[in-house]
Amino acid sequence: MAQHKVDYTKSGGLPVALTSIDKLANWGRSNSLWAMTYGLACCGIEMMAAGASRYDFDRFGTIFRASPRQSDVMIVAGTLTKKHSEFIKRLYDQMTEPRWVISMGSCANTGGMFNTYATVQGVDRIIPVDLYLPGCAPRPETLQYGVMLLQKKIRANSASKAQKPKRLM
Amino acid sequence: MAQVKNRLTPFFENITFDREDNELVLNFGPQHPSAHGQLRLMLHLQQEQIVKAHPDVGYLHRGMEKMAENMIYNEFMPTTDRMDYIASSSNNYGFALAVEKLIGLEVPRRAKVIRMMLLEINRLMSHLFWLATTALDIGAMTVFLFAFREREYLMDIIEGYCGARLTHSAIRIGGVPLDIQDTFISQLKTFLDKLPANIKDYEDLLDTNRIWLMRMEEVGTISTEMALSWACTGPMLRASGVAWDIRKEEPYELYDEVEFKVPFSDKGDNFARYRVYMEEMRESAKILYQTIDMYDECVKNNQTELMAHSPKYISASKLDIMTQNYSLMQHFVLVTQGMRPPVGEVYVATESPKGELGFFINSQGGPYPYRLKLRAPSFWHTGILTDLLPGHYIPDVVSIIGTTNIVFGEVDR
Amino acid sequence: MRAYTPKDDVQKKSYYTDRFYVSPQVPKQEVESDEIFAADLAAIKTKFDVLDAYIQVEQMVVFIKPNDNYKVLELLKDELEYTQLSEMSAIDFLAKSNSFEIFYQMLSMNKAKRIRIKMTIENGAAVNSVEKLFRSADWAEREMFDMFGIEANGHPFMKRILMPYDWQGNPLLKTYPLQGDEFAAWYEVDKIYGKEAREEIGPEIRDTARVDRYDSDRFARLGHEVPKGTKITGDEPVVEQTYQEDGGVFLIKKFDKESSVVIDDPQR
Repeated sequence: MAQHKVDYTKSGGLPVALTSIDKLANWGRSNSLWAMTYGLACCGIEMMAAGASRYDFDRFGTIFRASPRQSDVMIVAGTLTKKHSEFIKRLYDQMTEPRWVISMGSCANTGGMFNTYATVQGVDRIIPVDLYLPGCAPRPETLQYGVMLLQKKIRANSASKAQKPKRLM
Repeated sequence: MAQVKNRLTPFFENITFDREDNELVLNFGPQHPSAHGQLRLMLHLQQEQIVKAHPDVGYLHRGMEKMAENMIYNEFMPTTDRMDYIASSSNNYGFALAVEKLIGLEVPRRAKVIRMMLLEINRLMSHLFWLATTALDIGAMTVFLFAFREREYLMDIIEGYCGARLTHSAIRIGGVPLDIQDTFISQLKTFLDKLPANIKDYEDLLDTNRIWLMRMEEVGTISTEMALSWACTGPMLRASGVAWDIRKEEPYELYDEVEFKVPFSDKGDNFARYRVYMEEMRESAKILYQTIDMYDECVKNNQTELMAHSPKYISASKLDIMTQNYSLMQHFVLVTQGMRPPVGEVYVATESPKGELGFFINSQGGPYPYRLKLRAPSFWHTGILTDLLPGHYIPDVVSIIGTTNIVFGEVDR
Repeated sequence: MRAYTPKDDVQKKSYYTDRFYVSPQVPKQEVESDEIFAADLAAIKTKFDVLDAYIQVEQMVVFIKPNDNYKVLELLKDELEYTQLSEMSAIDFLAKSNSFEIFYQMLSMNKAKRIRIKMTIENGAAVNSVEKLFRSADWAEREMFDMFGIEANGHPFMKRILMPYDWQGNPLLKTYPLQGDEFAAWYEVDKIYGKEAREEIGPEIRDTARVDRYDSDRFARLGHEVPKGTKITGDEPVVEQTYQEDGGVFLIKKFDKESSVVIDDPQR
């Protein structure tokens, strides 16, 4: 019987890649992170700049979507006020699992410089946050780095196991 | 810890279907990509026509006026950045000028020239941003990418000067903290030389574009009376037939020494506003060329002062603080306790890219302002939507919001 | 001993004031000798009581009686060409004299001059709405109502504008603390999760200088990340942060520094 000289599992064999479902699903998820535009204040402008010509987010597979139903990651960019807080919860609830939240800028992280009656002291009081980006306002590079870290986080998780709903702190 | 439960009523329970007047109530915002921030509009519709509009603001109210009452004057400067965050330096300048008028301070000429450069760069940045977002809302993606490309050049220049892209804090009470960097002028000149061709590009893309014209011409017409009654200023007023520009009429800094035109139109519609913005960019470029010459003159005449000399209110230069005992003590008092302006009131208006930016300060002689009222142009430009939108159709809403150029940092403050 | 804070003004106070310090005044000029404003003041004086008038920082300030405000503004608009009401709001003098000061900032575009009409009203009194004269007063009066609780008689829609409708308290009063009262502190939690969730979510952290290095719930220390909620002992291993895993990523080429080009000139 003729021996197969070709090792199909190595590169140079047939165009077949063997992998696990986990890796494949995570590859898909991490490389097409559709972000929900949640530009609230100043950081929203830097978020737009990140999506515009110079920083060009599209090459990471991060495309801004206006609808929570179509998006995977919510980038909370800017100050969250008490009047707005119920809407962020509503929109977060409308996103489909799996979903992630990036809190962009000091105001979204902790309330930042706006230590006043009208400002929510950190969006993590309302919705669970995966990644905090420091800065006021963070540069587009920071947001890019943050998205890359989030991709890493997504790849580290098992994709197949049932997603547990995230808890608020 | 257990999962906490959401108590918000499901949104479908908020809707009632038993209206008899055949009106549909449509909620727009507060998180809408083309609302330029957090604008909420309650629109009453007959078919697709709006019969009543009710703008709801306050979703970005961060309590700046209250913050000002609890801060020393210099401490409040970074907060003004976050008002109109598209053009931060104009807010810094408005506040600095108000305090300078209150304490009666004259700023050195070189600082004035640098301030004017910053102000006009900010105006260009703001107008480019306006063009980009408005075009994006209407569907012109190319213009969005083009205008952002140019804006990034300007941001590089500003970043070289003050280190920040968005929140500059580049102007201090009494002058400017730093001289411009070596590459500032050459970078600016490179940019300005390219700018006319760039503006031409945008105009080629938009001016005869059928879609652009259909959504701009004869849409959102504001009459002169309406604009005056709603306290509209800036391009909104100039597009409605009043050639009122505070830089021209009540000149501050060195605006009486530079030559520029005030573009205006008497049409009052979206297209007129678009034209005014485009022409203003050209005028800003003209002013910037003149300020470059003025700066060179300052260098030639050896005018190196950047901060006003007033030990009671303004810290001395870094060199003095480090070498002279009295300056150090003065600086310490001014930083820990803050300056104490005289008792009195002042209202100072400046022409920010969006209109009349006014600061009303009531000082009772303490280190904290007793009352600070921020008169932000966008507040009134949002208010006018109440009267402007009825009669228009749903698709017009986006283009009208676009051309009013509202920024919610300063609407809600 | 606790420091004494007056209840009628809880705003920040200077911690030290020289006993002999007398603050100077912003100079005021006489109106009668001024060529720009003298005629305007005379026109107002013929019809209305003027309590005080002076010029401060190039603008005339006129104090009138609170009931005259509509008529005075009508006169200014129709006869003296003050076509725009730039701004109006109030100043809280409750601690000093139990009254508010209302100001109307007017602008005449034809003559390029500004005037400020001021009046003093008692605590709890309402003002006449000038919304019929200037539409801009519509929102300004609503803001004043929101921030100070001063109502405007005859206003078509006297509701809060910046704060939510179910808000309690008027934020710009001097009795209202900067960081809000009990209601403000729990507003979003009460509204979204209900009062029972207060304990679980916990109070707001208002101290800007607070750093808790053993807190693994909120922010991890950069380079020493641990899973959420882990007890921190202090000898956590240092984690080098890279944005790609060590062995490379499935289907993604690793970034190659050698073959990439560095662009020095961003203005190219």
